[in-house]
Amino acid sequence: MDRIENHPILGPRKSKREPVDFTFNGEKWAGLKGEPIAAALLAVGIRTLRRHEESGSPRGLYCSIGHCMECRLNVQGKGTVRACLTPLEAGMCISEGERLPNEITGRRLP
Amino acid sequence: MTPAFPFDLLIVGAGPAGLSAAVEAASRGLCVAVVDEFPEPGGRMLGQFHEEKGHWWVGRQVAEQLLDKCSALGVKIRCGVSVHSILRSGAEWVLKTSEGSMQARNVLLATGSAEIPHPLPGWTLPGVMSIGAAQVMANVHYVKPGRRGLIIGVNVLAMAISRELSVSGVSIAGIVLPGIGPITGKEASPKESLKELMGLAHLAPSPLMRIGGKAANALGMAGFVSRFIPRSGIKIWDIPLRLRTVAVSINGRSQVQSVTLADVNGEGAVIPGSQREELVDFVAIAGGLYPLAELASVAGCPFVYAEELGGHVPVHDEQMRTPVEGLYVAGNITGIESALVAMAQGRLAAATISGDTGLLGQHHDQEVQEAMQDVRRVRASALIQFRPGIQEARDQFYRKCGRFQREKNGIKEEG
Repeated sequence: MDRIENHPILGPRKSKREPVDFTFNGEKWAGLKGEPIAAALLAVGIRTLRRHEESGSPRGLYCSIGHCMECRLNVQGKGTVRACLTPLEAGMCISEGERLPNEITGRRLP
Repeated sequence: MTPAFPFDLLIVGAGPAGLSAAVEAASRGLCVAVVDEFPEPGGRMLGQFHEEKGHWWVGRQVAEQLLDKCSALGVKIRCGVSVHSILRSGAEWVLKTSEGSMQARNVLLATGSAEIPHPLPGWTLPGVMSIGAAQVMANVHYVKPGRRGLIIGVNVLAMAISRELSVSGVSIAGIVLPGIGPITGKEASPKESLKELMGLAHLAPSPLMRIGGKAANALGMAGFVSRFIPRSGIKIWDIPLRLRTVAVSINGRSQVQSVTLADVNGEGAVIPGSQREELVDFVAIAGGLYPLAELASVAGCPFVYAEELGGHVPVHDEQMRTPVEGLYVAGNITGIESALVAMAQGRLAAATISGDTGLLGQHHDQEVQEAMQDVRRVRASALIQFRPGIQEARDQFYRKCGRFQREKNGIKEEG
């Protein structure tokens, strides 16, 4: 999605943020250091942050402020984090939240 | 990050209530710390702006002024820190956080509110988000939530944020009603939505909205809706407000591609054959707000349900004191209102805490009374009122809480 470079009311972003590289599911992307992972991914058009643990259906950010827990994904060295609250760092290896093997639930899903 | 000494006051939440309380308490000599799990202080004010008498009220500027004062007064602000437990240990509170534990003699919970969703088929698709999420993405992180979006839910929050998104350059296909269902209930009907909108008629510059209030009263709500609101909706700030349209389902394979809309009659029943698809790449659900109060519950504070205040609210008196020793509340945790009211409540809570810790000297009653009057004054003049009759609802709530306190203390009610 488009970034807003100069907000018509709020003006440009006050603190200049340095561009950094990161990977998502092994693919290389660029974002801004310190912005939430969810914002960096949305800016490059990635909405699916997680597969539902049981059904595998795609999930994205919902509340964007840490309340709903829908955006949890994995960051190497940090484990499961909320993408909407976790600041992007240079060289981060990020992967989507994964569907779990169904042996855990024992249920068969369509 | 365990300090060697406990803070006089630890505030959870760096929004309008928390920061205002921090400034007031620190200026009275208390050693104050603020924690917030968002990476940046300011709370939801960071993304809020609206037009007021010809100029823009910008929440971020208000937050920056408060932060400047905080830093001049030596308030410690820790962001990106989540509080997950609160325990009373002797004369102190111990808060467990994602960065270790913190101790304080007094705790102010200024945790704000969370959004109520309107679940409908397809709402788990990526691209569906709460209206607040769209606001945060566009106005705080400067990333558009999508190219063209539909807002589901007609209320103050939906109107205010749709306007912000539109100003920020995000195309809004319209604001529609959620269908009437087991969760949304009657407020999803055109009749009820219009009633709610009347409370914010003065926020919209559109003369239609202002006339709307009188016309609706004169004609009766259902009559007004069916006679005067065209199917295409009314344009408010160039955003089509479609009071006769409901969202039936959100469609897409791996993300939002469209929303199925349908027309409804004045009572909210779908008109057969009116279904059609609206192409959008994001959907924002606006279900309203409820007080975010889990920590008060963990701390052992009792609750009272107050519909007008947005749900279950921690018991507290008008000075922002809970029945739990050393525990105070301010802002939306006490009921849903605007940022200016939250700020006044923060200042009041700080005055009360300073008084309770003996810092205000002999005039403390007067200072607390003045801060209380200030909250009432700000509330009465608030441009954005989330609910009509909020002061009456507050008065009723305080009476209820007072009764609760007296019963707890074993004092029998008269009559």
